[in-house]
Amino acid sequence: MTAVPLRALRAREPGSRRLREVSGKVGWTVLAWVVAIAFFLPVLWMVLTAFKPESAAETWPPRFTFSPTLAEFRLVFSGWGPYVTHSVIATIGSTILVLLLGVPAAYALSVHPVGRWRDGLFFFISTKMLPIVAAIGPLYVIALKTHLLDSIWVLIILYTAMNLPLAIWMIRSFMLEVPSELLEAAELDGAGRIREITGVILPVISPGLVSTALICVIFAWNELFLALNLTVTNAATMPMYLISSVPQEGLYIAHLSAAATVASVPVIIVGWIAQRSLVRGLAMGAIK
Amino acid sequence: MTVIEDLAPPPKVEVRPRGVSRRERWQRRLPLLPALIYTIVVTQIPFLVTLYYSFQSYFWNTTAPAHFNGVSNYKTVFTTPAFRSALWRSVVMTAAAVIIAMILGVALAVLLDRKFFGRGVVRTLLITPFLIMPAAAALVWAGPMLDPNFGLLNYLLAPFGVHHVAWLSTHALGSVIVVMIWQWTPFMTLIVLAGLQSQPPDVLEAAKVDGAGAFATFRELTLPHLRPYIELGILLGSIYLVNVFDQVRLMTNGGPGTATTNLPFYLYQQVNYAFDIGGAAATGVVTVILTIIVATFALRMFARVFRFEEAV
Repeated sequence: MTAVPLRALRAREPGSRRLREVSGKVGWTVLAWVVAIAFFLPVLWMVLTAFKPESAAETWPPRFTFSPTLAEFRLVFSGWGPYVTHSVIATIGSTILVLLLGVPAAYALSVHPVGRWRDGLFFFISTKMLPIVAAIGPLYVIALKTHLLDSIWVLIILYTAMNLPLAIWMIRSFMLEVPSELLEAAELDGAGRIREITGVILPVISPGLVSTALICVIFAWNELFLALNLTVTNAATMPMYLISSVPQEGLYIAHLSAAATVASVPVIIVGWIAQRSLVRGLAMGAIK
Repeated sequence: MTVIEDLAPPPKVEVRPRGVSRRERWQRRLPLLPALIYTIVVTQIPFLVTLYYSFQSYFWNTTAPAHFNGVSNYKTVFTTPAFRSALWRSVVMTAAAVIIAMILGVALAVLLDRKFFGRGVVRTLLITPFLIMPAAAALVWAGPMLDPNFGLLNYLLAPFGVHHVAWLSTHALGSVIVVMIWQWTPFMTLIVLAGLQSQPPDVLEAAKVDGAGAFATFRELTLPHLRPYIELGILLGSIYLVNVFDQVRLMTNGGPGTATTNLPFYLYQQVNYAFDIGGAAATGVVTVILTIIVATFALRMFARVFRFEEAV
């Protein structure tokens, strides 16, 4: 009596386990997708709304079907000129300056380290902890007195200081990975310090430098607090353009969404492409 | 992800360069100097000037020159409830956002730490909130997402009995914190994921062979292994989130009332609406002192995370 059901059970068992495994796997996949889409939804909604005519953007219930229009994008592209120019100059200018200052500094803290390199590293990172907002009043006065107020230079100078500590930590972590045989070989060849940097180190760490630069670009491009406090028109940046796209009255949701899409998409795409090195960079080289 | 090794190894050159010549020492120092001088000038001088103005009465909208007024700015800082409540709000916002983002980050990292269909795409979608410009995120949340009349969130929550809630007036602080969490969970996920993937698989195999359950394995083996990664995420998240300004300025403008006024926004108001450089400077000095106290612990944590304890 008992033998038959047991054999039947045994026969069925592997199949049912596989079924459970498969359904678990499907459940896992579905859960991951649902969570990812939930996180992505506001971004998707922003992009969708950007393609709506203004009248379709503020409806109840929200509309998911509509005839897409580029009208709001056209409006953005006709108005963003000065803002995007300032943002590009401040972003690229500060990033170049960060690399020019950061590469030699990282070299002095890694390859041929100065005596108190640890103190140096910690000094740089400690400046990141001092809240810049605390000095905003005096910064305003300093900018006013040095005639830097509302000039693109004040942003370049401050964004460089903002990103430099992160960049030094990052670049240093890449330099530590340069094989010492390469450095020794260069030394045997009688290469000086500058040849060592340009000829041996820079080619090896160039992917790291690119990801460092990308992170600096992202932070500078997205910065609002300093720009809002220290510039008005001559150096107003993209985040400020976003603010200006919200009028006092009238419908503006589609226009705002188009402006927000245009302002965010470059950085989002850069970040998607660089996502692997982004982790390492944001962890300041602690994670490889 | 590519192979992720453990946290940064100790630097190759461990010994202090003893016995190097004077000339050599300067040659080593020289490349450091530009960055060092730049950072000192740009980041330290404003704080010295802040210290100076904190003892001055100076309103930048008047022509009256600044004049010494002793510690009266500090008296105002410590007697007005505005500073204390802004400080407290900063602490609440930062702590809530960082802790919840980290809990979600660990959960999402576990979710992403195995192969499934479309993992790369899921990962890409998940990191997007971190990449979006904070000003754009704030405005998109304030309008298309949270608006009481046409916001998407109210529509999605309607089946659950939520009807046209004006989130930014009734749940202002919560809404701002939600947006902060939304932006920073991806960052935490990526850091914790890096930690999960650096776990030696043979240890997990051994636990499985020994008959340990998945949950016990996670608690006894994985969590301790993740600790430095979690600490790093919390540390970096706090550094950025304590300064959060864009969301406050653009979603609620510090309100309703002062319900979302944190320290950065309070300082912004002092400078831009009250024109009070002296008062803002005194607030700034007190903020910096508090920050230094917190940062001392934070730096120690950094040293531990980066494994050169002897530095601090």
